[in-house]
Amino acid sequence: MSFKSAVITFPGSNCDRDALTYLKDLTEGEVLNIWHEETSIPSVDLIILPGGFSFGDYLRSGAMASKSKIIPEIIKHAETGKFLLGICNGFQILTEIGLLKGALIQNNKLKFLGKNCFIRKRHENKFNKIIKQGQVLKIPVAHNEGNFYCSNEDLKILNDEGLIAFEYCKGSFSNCDENINGSVNNIAGITNEKKNVLGMMPHPERAYQSFHSSIDGKSIIESLLS
Amino acid sequence: MRIKILVRLKKQILEPQGKVIEKSLNNLGFEGIKNIRQGKLIELDLPDNINQQEKDNIISSACKKLLVNEIIEEYEVLG
Repeated sequence: MSFKSAVITFPGSNCDRDALTYLKDLTEGEVLNIWHEETSIPSVDLIILPGGFSFGDYLRSGAMASKSKIIPEIIKHAETGKFLLGICNGFQILTEIGLLKGALIQNNKLKFLGKNCFIRKRHENKFNKIIKQGQVLKIPVAHNEGNFYCSNEDLKILNDEGLIAFEYCKGSFSNCDENINGSVNNIAGITNEKKNVLGMMPHPERAYQSFHSSIDGKSIIESLLS
Repeated sequence: MRIKILVRLKKQILEPQGKVIEKSLNNLGFEGIKNIRQGKLIELDLPDNINQQEKDNIISSACKKLLVNEIIEEYEVLG
C-alpha cells in the first residue's frame, strides 16, 4: 500500500528533518516537505506538523504559525478525514488553529523538560491501534509549554467521547513523575472528535531507530499502516 | 492614536512565573507582597481618523484573531 505523507516546515521548526526521516524509514510512499508559505498541498494520507519553535514562539507557542498561508489547506486536509499529526510545537499549532481543544501553557515547574517520559494510551484511535491497553511507551519530550489546559466542560467531552489518545504515566525511572508538566488529567495527547487529528507533546520521531533510547515511537506510524 | 492592551492569564489558570517572582521578592524582605500574576502589555498605533466604534471593532477583532487566546487569556484595553 502506498502511503503518501508530508511534513510542513515553518521558520523555527527544528524537528522537521527528524519527522521526514521517520516517515521515509517507516512508510513506503512518497514523503514531501512543504514550506509554510505554500498555498496548496498535493493529496497525501498524513501530514505532520513538526516540533520546534515556529516564529520563535512569539506571542504564544504556535500562535503565529497558526495564521500561516498553508493553514487553510491543512484544515481542508483534516476535514476530508485524512490523518494530521502535530508533535510538540505541532500540537500547540493545532490548538491555536482550533482543530484541537484546549491550549498548552508553561510547564507548572517552569523548567524546560528535555528527557524521556512514559505514556500509555487511554482511548483507542487509528494512531494508537496496535498499542496494547496498559502498555507503557518510553518517548522523549522537549518542551517548555507542554502543560495541557482545557475547561472542565471540554475535559468532560474529551473523556466522554474518548478523545484522550495518550496520558503520562509512571515508568521505570524512579525520578519520573506521573505528571511531568502539570497537564490536566495527565493528558499527553488528544484527538479531534473525528479522531483523524492527533496532537501530542512527546516526540515519537525521536524514538524509532536502534541508536535512539527507545523504538516505541514506531507504533504510531505502524498503527496508521496496519 | 496609541492603544494599550493588557493580556493576562485567566484567574483559574496557574501562572508559575508570578509565583517565582513572589518568592524572590519575599526573600528580598518584601514579605507583605502576595498573589503576583505576570501578564503582558501590547501597545499599538491606530489611525487618528477613526471613530470609537471602528476602534472597538478593530481591537476586538485583532484580539480574538491573534493577540489573545481566549481559552486561557483575557484582555483589557487601557486608557
